Amino acid sequence: MTRMLGALPLLAFVALAFGIPAVAMVAGAFTVEGSPGFGNLALTMRGGYLLALGNSVKLSAVVAVLGAVLGTFLAQAVVTSRSRALREAVLTASGVLANFGGVPLAFFWVATLGNSGVISHLLGLPSGTLFTFWGLALVYLYFSVPLMVLVIAPALDGLRPQWREAAANNGATSWQYWRYVALPVLTPGLLGGVVLLFGAAFAAYATASAMGAGTVLPLVTLKIAAALSGDVQTGFENVGLALSLDMVLVAALVMAVYLPLQRRSTRWLQ
Amino acid sequence: MTALAPVAPVPETVPVAPRHRGRPRLWRAVVLALAALYFLVPLAASFWYTVHNEATGLSFAPYAELWTAEGFLTSLLLSFGLALATIALVLLLTLPAMITVRLSAPRLRTVMEVICTLPLVVPPITLVAGVGKSLQAGGEVLAPTPFWATLIALQNQDFPLVLVFVYVILVLPFVYRSLDAGLRTMDVRTLVEAARNLGASWPHVMLRVIVPNLRSALASAAFLTLALVLGEYTVASILGYQPFAVWIVTISGAKGQLSVAASVLSLLLTWLLLLTISGGSRDRSA
Repeated sequence: MTRMLGALPLLAFVALAFGIPAVAMVAGAFTVEGSPGFGNLALTMRGGYLLALGNSVKLSAVVAVLGAVLGTFLAQAVVTSRSRALREAVLTASGVLANFGGVPLAFFWVATLGNSGVISHLLGLPSGTLFTFWGLALVYLYFSVPLMVLVIAPALDGLRPQWREAAANNGATSWQYWRYVALPVLTPGLLGGVVLLFGAAFAAYATASAMGAGTVLPLVTLKIAAALSGDVQTGFENVGLALSLDMVLVAALVMAVYLPLQRRSTRWLQ
Repeated sequence: MTALAPVAPVPETVPVAPRHRGRPRLWRAVVLALAALYFLVPLAASFWYTVHNEATGLSFAPYAELWTAEGFLTSLLLSFGLALATIALVLLLTLPAMITVRLSAPRLRTVMEVICTLPLVVPPITLVAGVGKSLQAGGEVLAPTPFWATLIALQNQDFPLVLVFVYVILVLPFVYRSLDAGLRTMDVRTLVEAARNLGASWPHVMLRVIVPNLRSALASAAFLTLALVLGEYTVASILGYQPFAVWIVTISGAKGQLSVAASVLSLLLTWLLLLTISGGSRDRSA
């Protein structure tokens, strides 16, 4: 036991600060008016709650796929460019923007494309353009694309020029090289990136909340916040906890896909 | 956004010269131009939004007004205080644990990895849902006991320790990865045994042998934590506290320009912090 002494504070802290809330969440989710039951979970699978869950999944999926494709193109443009300054500038900016989300991101876009935004004023856009499904997707891409650049740039760097030369010597066209050599090597990295982007968009709350997206596009994170603060009706906290449990299950599924992919993607890129 | 990405490592490989000179250059230029448009326009537009309005024309007044705005300094200081407390606590907890795992309890390694990955599975909003419920339930159970005072102290409005605890959980995966990468570059066992054989005490070993070798890993863990805590909104707003990010939203209703100005400021701050890490780590590796 004394050999583990140094690890004990961390284990105890996690048990306290993570374990207790986790148990409270599960216990709350299965408690209906003081007695155990599946009522809350059943409720989250109906009506407005199911709609919010669907919206969240749809938005995250769109952002993940679009972000992965656009991020890969951007990363490839930078990686194959011979300008070192450009490369460093884009990678550093990606590091900043991928970590830059939440409230400030929301206000940047509101100031740009919101109802009194600079660009919407300039282009004469109708009011409410930003506060739609695609508007929110546009905002979320602002941190998703840089995240993808960070994830995929090392993999693109790992594509050796010899592979392309070998393919060319064997008579492969550029398309055949990408289809049969580069893409198979990149696949785990690309899929891992999609999954990571999905997780980030799915968990996002601050941006949507600060934009006031709840009325036009209800998302599951906004529903949880509303249920917790008792905005809707008191006594709905346990429904919020049940929604949280739904979210954790989706996120766990996402991580279960991501971690093995992350390990595989490093195999060819030594 | 809640997922904190690793800071871009800039690989040292020389970029490969393209084989086809004509067409690829064109697509690259198109991609880069579109990316520049998408990423720079909101920055420029937001800045313009803060310095220009119909009534007064061009004016930098919102930036001056920020400093005197009610709640600005208090919320910013609260955010910094929370960030420093989080950094101290998370390093004090993880560093001894990770060294113990390497020296004497290798079987705990899997446990550590699972513990430090789990928070990634739990979105912040769901964690705070659980925390809120525990505080409420804890209040009912602990009311007659002396722990009641502890529970109240945790939720002190001036310095909510409960936020520090939640933030430690949220940053645990990033701190763990950063320190793990740092510890991989050194032979912990040999260093510790050599120091102990020469008569160094445990605190001496930690502070004079381990920490100096881990300087850049510790710095990057600390700065990532700082960036995350300064921008954190979800947990604080739901538990009802008012650090910087929550303050920005609070004033947005009455003073739109001011909240955008505060957002510009917070981007600059994030930018500076992350440049410091990548600059620092490059110095060490060069």
